[in-house]
Amino acid sequence: MQEHVVVIYPHPDDESFGASGTITSFREKGIPVTYLCGTLGEMGRNMGNPTFATRESLPEIRKQELIKACDVLDMELKMLGYRDKTLEFESREEVAKHLYQYLEEIEPTLVITHYPGYAVHPDHDAFGAAAIQAVGMMAKEKRPTVWAQAISRNYIDELGEPDILNDIGDVFATKLDAIMAHKSQADGMLAKIQEETQEDIETAAKTWLGIESFYTWQF
Amino acid sequence: MDTIKIDQVQKEIDARANKEVYIHLETTNGAYASHFNQEAYNVGAFIRNANVSYARGKIVGAGATYRVGLKLDIGWIYAEGVNQYEIDDEGRLLMAGHDNEGRLMVALQIGEKPFTY
Ligand SMILES: [Zn+2]
Repeated sequence: MQEHVVVIYPHPDDESFGASGTITSFREKGIPVTYLCGTLGEMGRNMGNPTFATRESLPEIRKQELIKACDVLDMELKMLGYRDKTLEFESREEVAKHLYQYLEEIEPTLVITHYPGYAVHPDHDAFGAAAIQAVGMMAKEKRPTVWAQAISRNYIDELGEPDILNDIGDVFATKLDAIMAHKSQADGMLAKIQEETQEDIETAAKTWLGIESFYTWQF
Repeated sequence: MDTIKIDQVQKEIDARANKEVYIHLETTNGAYASHFNQEAYNVGAFIRNANVSYARGKIVGAGATYRVGLKLDIGWIYAEGVNQYEIDDEGRLLMAGHDNEGRLMVALQIGEKPFTY
């Protein structure tokens, strides 16, 4: 079977903060990667100081940032058109069917998504759950491996150590470029990381983001 | 967005009174508040495209932040803490309050057509 990776996250920047090193490693091996991005992060809060965005102009700004990040990562992008913050209120069944249609067409060998219940943002939890449901709908012999990403504070206590630990040091520069493509989001987030770790931005980012970890989902 | 000039914003509010308008009203402290600070508590609410008409609207306050109230036939729309405004390229009145780091805390927007879904 032809290798193909599908990344399923709800927000522009989830892919860059969460999995861009892993994505880059796959792309370096010539494996195609497709990103199914749920929303445009319409309800993001960072408007800048001085403000560069409003509630109404933010979606287009984030869409352009997303396109740029996907260029940096050399991965194909599909924007699924849901609205930020509302995914948990959609029909789980319908969202899963929507994702299933993409999976049936792409026939991925690996799906990367959030670990439902351990992904902090309700959209992460809801979209991760729908993604896993979608994979579960596939015939067993076509079913890809799923790597689920947990980010809550308590996940190691409750789930144990993740079995996939990707040290992405070699491709860290690309990861940082992808994060920086999301300028409206990155500045605030990197400042926060720096504040917590008290290091310069590159060291801080590497400490926090140098390893991408996942749990292989057991169906 | 620009710092609110109370007289100008009042004119914009008046210009939209007694018409069918669409309201986006929102307040939030962010979905990650309790992730970054365990003492924090996530709160937020938004209404997008409430279709109303207000007989009177008023902006009150001075200096850093303002309150806006819109009086409806059978109720009120209220926002506290707006400090910036803009008439966007579609003629909508956007008002918002941001913290020092530029994060949105409250927004009240009035448009004559529905906001994009
Ligand atoms: Zn996210």
